[in-house]
Amino acid sequence: MTQILDRRSATEPAAREAGDVVRRARRAPIRHHRRLVAGLVLAVVAAFAARVLLGDYTVTIPDFFRILGGEQIPGATYIVMESKLPRAVLAVLVGIAFGIGGAIFQTTLRNPLASPDIVGVSLGASAAAVSAVALAGWTGWSVSLAAVGGALAVALAVRSIAGDHGGFRLILAGIGLAAAMQSVIQYVFTRVDEWDVQLVLRWLTGSVNGVAWSTIGVLAAVLAVLLPATAWAARSLRVTELGDDTARGLGVGTGRTDLLMLLGTLLVAVGVAAAGPVAFVAFLAGPIARALNRGRTTLLAAGLVGAVIVLVGDYAGAYAFADLNLPVGVVTGAFGAPFLLWLLARGPLNGHRGRRAA
Amino acid sequence: MAALVQTRPDTSRPLGGGSRSRFATPTSAAIAIAVLVGAGVLSLLVGARWVPVEAVWDSTHPLHPIVEVRFERTMLGFAVGAALGLAGALMQGLTRNPLADPGILGVNAGATFAMVIGMTVFGASAMGQFLPLAFVGAAAAALLVHAIASLGRDGATPMKLAITGAALSAGLASWTTGLLLADRKTMESFRFWQVGTIGGRGFDVLLAGLPFLVVGAVLALAGARLLNTLALGEDLARGLGRRTTRDRLVIALAIVLLAGTATALAGPIAFVGLVVPHVVRTLVGPDYARVLPFSMLGGAALIVVADTIGRIVLPPSEVQVGIMAAAVGVPVFIVLVRRTGRAL
Repeated sequence: MTQILDRRSATEPAAREAGDVVRRARRAPIRHHRRLVAGLVLAVVAAFAARVLLGDYTVTIPDFFRILGGEQIPGATYIVMESKLPRAVLAVLVGIAFGIGGAIFQTTLRNPLASPDIVGVSLGASAAAVSAVALAGWTGWSVSLAAVGGALAVALAVRSIAGDHGGFRLILAGIGLAAAMQSVIQYVFTRVDEWDVQLVLRWLTGSVNGVAWSTIGVLAAVLAVLLPATAWAARSLRVTELGDDTARGLGVGTGRTDLLMLLGTLLVAVGVAAAGPVAFVAFLAGPIARALNRGRTTLLAAGLVGAVIVLVGDYAGAYAFADLNLPVGVVTGAFGAPFLLWLLARGPLNGHRGRRAA
Repeated sequence: MAALVQTRPDTSRPLGGGSRSRFATPTSAAIAIAVLVGAGVLSLLVGARWVPVEAVWDSTHPLHPIVEVRFERTMLGFAVGAALGLAGALMQGLTRNPLADPGILGVNAGATFAMVIGMTVFGASAMGQFLPLAFVGAAAAALLVHAIASLGRDGATPMKLAITGAALSAGLASWTTGLLLADRKTMESFRFWQVGTIGGRGFDVLLAGLPFLVVGAVLALAGARLLNTLALGEDLARGLGRRTTRDRLVIALAIVLLAGTATALAGPIAFVGLVVPHVVRTLVGPDYARVLPFSMLGGAALIVVADTIGRIVLPPSEVQVGIMAAAVGVPVFIVLVRRTGRAL
């Protein structure tokens, strides 16, 4: 008896030590995630500042805050308030929307290729929005509603076509529908009387150029509702990405997955309604954030990565090529596609294996 | 032993699917040609302005000029459709991939991109300059897609090829847009061509492309036996004495000529090459000696019918043939995905 007591007392410090090790090991990813998010926030702020202050018309920081305070500085006020600032704000908002929406798709469908811009959801939103804008003359909230309708229709169609077969079949069905949606958009372009380059660039490739503050207001209001809802619904994301059966076994029903997918679709749709289907942002943000987060899914970081991508892409498109003002969608498409090809070339694309690799 | 002899592959019989041809070849040929002629006649008569039949041969008829314009358009449609149908059948045979199509696998996007580079950077403006560019672009895209999809243990599966092709198309579309933005004038002339259209192109365009189409078609039709043996698989084909590498190169050359010319003439039109061979196979069976010529006829008929319907389906505007092709092709693509998805 005493012996046993002795031994127990002897092992106690060791047990406590072991407990500390476990606790530390469990906390490490959380701490890493916090550091990552802090770093990404800094990156977003830096990119935002560069987008607003630098470029072909430089604004000093004191001037910027004076303009924000309502002071009229000839020239500068107009450029900042009507061109640079709305572009930067919109870039951040759509980046977050696409990044989180894309990561939700990729995680719940458990395939890095199953992002809304590859499976046609973004183009579905764009097709509905451009029809509403160009053919019916809608503006403001109704455009967002049309985009949501288009995105949901494509998402449901892809889902019903793919059935229980996720993976490749879902991707291929999505690619087919994306082609169909692109045809719809191109048809709308041939219907408008005047060949409007800006219209084409916005709804076919995505652009944050020349957007009204009211559009940004609509997007910000919707995101203010959708993002907290997503944070709430994503609590069990780590379980969800183990697969439907496992998740159900662990007490997380498929209803939660459906809700998450709905929120992801809505996020992408409202982003498209404001800036068009900016290519590959939703596709790129998730895997990049996951790689930065040591292989763990993180929606928050994905949203921030999306914001950085759109900000940097817009800046590069506007200033990197001498006298050429490229919309952000061209830049992200031109540099996102090689990444997609690289992902394809790197090997196994079966959902599960590919997920771990990404 | 007798059983062994019977299992010897007989290329005149349907392979794989086991569905025999529904009609004898002469009957099928008669039906196909009748459909083709009917499509051509309708294409002359139907449009925003309907033309009475007598205007076709009566050169003094007030509506005769409309018929002449539509005749050019119809001939171009026949040529482009035949090339696309044939190219699709060749690609499906060469890659043994039911989802192969010059549009889906990125070949058209490659040709488009090369032509836009030619226009904006080198100032190319004549069809004679576009054609070689289109060939180079089509060949480069086909090689790239095939190389990337072939990496990995399971090789170039239909799914990987289709996804790689879509990825390349998306990337090239962005680069194309970027180049066009630098050159607004090119963009204006590019506007309808980029969607895929056979209207308002004229005979000289067709004549410039015709020699390449003929060479491509001859190579393709000579390749029917190659495809039949390739359909048995690489090892069996080699065992039967085929030099598979050379055979593949001949067919690949035909695909590049056909798809490249079609893109140069009418813009990137997808899904025709996908749909037609599948429909043809259900009608005449899987023997490529029949599939290839019937795909030619079927592609020609499909493009012209799609173009004719596109003129009247949503008045007052005209729906480009590329859009109509997608409207027909996407449902077929989805059915095929559902069917092949089960096997993967």
